[in-house]
Amino acid sequence: MCLAIPGRIISIDDTDPLIRLARVDFGEVIKEISLAYTPQAKIDDYVLVHVGFSLSVIDPVRARQTLEDIEAICGLQEADLMGENS
Amino acid sequence: MPKNHRRIPLDLQNGLVELAHGAGGRAMAALIGEVFYPAFNNELLLEQNDQAIFSVDAGRLAFTTDSFVVSPLFFPGGNIGDLAVNGTINDIALGGATPQYLSASFILEEGFPLKDLVIIANTMGDCARSAGVKIITGDTKVVERGKADGVFIATTGLGVLRTDIVLSANKITPGDCLILSGPIGDHGMAILSKRENLSFETNIVSDQAALHELIERIIDVGGDNIRVMRDPTRGGLAAALNELAEKSNIGFVIDENKIPINSSVAAACEFLGLDPLYVANEGKLITVVAPSAASAVLNAMRDHPLGREAEIIGKASEDSRFFVQMKTRFGGRRIIDHLSGELLPRIC
Amino acid sequence: MSYSEEFRHAPLVRRLVHQIAIEASCNRAYRFMEFCGGHTHALARYGIEDLLPQNIEMIHGPGCPVCVLPAGRIDAAIRLTKKENIILCAYGDLMRAPGARGHSLLHARASGADIRMIYSPLDALKIAQAHPGKEVVFFAIGFETTTPPTALAVQIARRDKLKNFSVFCNHVMTPAAMRHILKEAQSDKASHSLIDGLVGPAHVSAIIGCEPYQDIAQAFERPIVIAGFEPLDILQALLMLLRQVNTQRAEIENQYDRAVTDQGNYSAINDMADIFEVRDNFEWRGVGILPNSALKLGQDYRGLDAEERFDMTAIFVPDNPACECGQILRGRKKPRECKLFGNACRPETPLGACMVSAEGACAAYWAYGRFRDEAGVS
Repeated sequence: MCLAIPGRIISIDDTDPLIRLARVDFGEVIKEISLAYTPQAKIDDYVLVHVGFSLSVIDPVRARQTLEDIEAICGLQEADLMGENS
Repeated sequence: MPKNHRRIPLDLQNGLVELAHGAGGRAMAALIGEVFYPAFNNELLLEQNDQAIFSVDAGRLAFTTDSFVVSPLFFPGGNIGDLAVNGTINDIALGGATPQYLSASFILEEGFPLKDLVIIANTMGDCARSAGVKIITGDTKVVERGKADGVFIATTGLGVLRTDIVLSANKITPGDCLILSGPIGDHGMAILSKRENLSFETNIVSDQAALHELIERIIDVGGDNIRVMRDPTRGGLAAALNELAEKSNIGFVIDENKIPINSSVAAACEFLGLDPLYVANEGKLITVVAPSAASAVLNAMRDHPLGREAEIIGKASEDSRFFVQMKTRFGGRRIIDHLSGELLPRIC
Repeated sequence: MSYSEEFRHAPLVRRLVHQIAIEASCNRAYRFMEFCGGHTHALARYGIEDLLPQNIEMIHGPGCPVCVLPAGRIDAAIRLTKKENIILCAYGDLMRAPGARGHSLLHARASGADIRMIYSPLDALKIAQAHPGKEVVFFAIGFETTTPPTALAVQIARRDKLKNFSVFCNHVMTPAAMRHILKEAQSDKASHSLIDGLVGPAHVSAIIGCEPYQDIAQAFERPIVIAGFEPLDILQALLMLLRQVNTQRAEIENQYDRAVTDQGNYSAINDMADIFEVRDNFEWRGVGILPNSALKLGQDYRGLDAEERFDMTAIFVPDNPACECGQILRGRKKPRECKLFGNACRPETPLGACMVSAEGACAAYWAYGRFRDEAGVS
């Protein structure tokens, strides 16, 4: 329910292991975020960030799968998509 | 430069503004003489009268005032001085007038570094000079520490209309084209990026600029086909469009796909949960143009550095409720309401 | 991938809408509640309701923590700031929420209270560190997405022996509210099926997982599909709900599996269990008093509880008797059916829960949708 947006981890600072600060890139906007609740997160992972904390690491395989499922529902192939104008 | 042997020299490097600098005596004379006169430097000002007296060509005058309380004072892409000069220049120019003279009033906080004041004053002088405008009179007051945010500035501007153009919201008719001069949201997000507790690293820079040349070009090409122009400052594009709709008794329909926005601004707005339509701009304008002239005006704008990314973003429409509607990127529609209250970042 | 743009791809959005229209049987209406305020906002922002077929209606649920925060608790916080030594830290969306007589934190700040807007609970900790002579109170609100950050702030304060930091805890719990809403819908004799299915919250679920919804779906025989926030996510979830309703299933499905797992976020769930305990009862503005639906700091952390430290009491403040928020939150009425809507109750002067934040049903309808019901839309 809460606004959380995906960002890419570009560096991690383990000085305070409880907070575990990281610099996260939201697309030319970089903010320091706590990775406290995603201990498995590493550099280049995408995390969902809410009020300065990462909530979960985005699974790229499942993300791709979701898009493919949607494309299949719509009966589209990659090639068709490329040819479409927005 | 007028000499005053009894002036107390200021320590412009390390000195601070003191209450005495606003008290009307020698200290104030020193402040004005060493900071403002050199920065603004023109004959009318240096006559050092309580008023500036000048003649104008017969015809219509444009007259406007604005005050500037931006925080932080220094931000990526400018400072309060730029805003104070360019903002008032723009208000004059948007009426179809050529800006000529400005006044500048300062309310300074006790303890404000003189070094910073010099930077601000010099910025104002440079801005005015590049726009061919003179700051010819002013005022200085100092208030106790804690009673002002460093510096507040009020500028009043005067300009002359060289043509008999009349720009007014009343002239808008359904079907008129709405042109935006470039990407939205840069100024507001540049400011927010430096605000304590919300700060983030970014390359976003304020778009603050003097628009008078771009405006002259628009009028030259469009003439009577230009209905009205506005700058979407506080409250953003949404506020400017809602105001126009109310004043002109029409509605607008705009196309989300056509609204230019820099990707870093879009990312920053997402991150803070803000809608870019409501974020302030200080170097952009919107103009409503008769359809027959829209293309020519658009091309003329794109020929100018401040209008390179201009787009026709929508049209005026017949609407008894004066709604500003937006066709979303998916073809759905939503209303763009007026901003209510302050723009506050969302968490949820 | 940026994980946002791809899920906003316009041609796919249009195709998915088309598919929904094909599969929505024209013999019936479908009423789906999006529980979460973030989804309400997304629907409005992308104009999605405009794209859906006429027989699919979205009902806006109570999942907006600002909206359901009782006015009495806002007042209690404002009263606290009248003590000289207090700095109150709050999230942006809370600043405008009205307490009694319409007074918000913003009004209180204008009257001289030291109230600071923050982005993260970590900012409140920094303020406490920077002002050792002041008492810094963090006004904590939110569903389970926002609770773990508070939990971490509390742990840091304890570890760093930050004596001048405390938390005014108003965290609420999603499953309890969902149960309540569905129970009410079920017991409403006027309509057999007020709600056919729920669009489950995205980021609450990233924390609590899918498990907590299982018994809800079973008990009330309603499908719940957990959905991401992007347009493609919401539309795919609606399609999944549609298919379940059409085949009379009532299951939990997870559309947002790129971010949500069945078990949820283990370390977050653990921390919440360690730091907080469940309150017996808690008032939800517009909804009523719900048992086991909210949190307070547990025994071990009572020292950091602002309610204890400052002896705060919240007095019940009733909403305007003409306010229909209660009915709207349950999906029984639409904003336009409330007499106050658009008159005394507007975004600048909100009278009830649903208008308070940009995600409340009435605020969303006001800002984005009210033209749809009026004649002469071009």
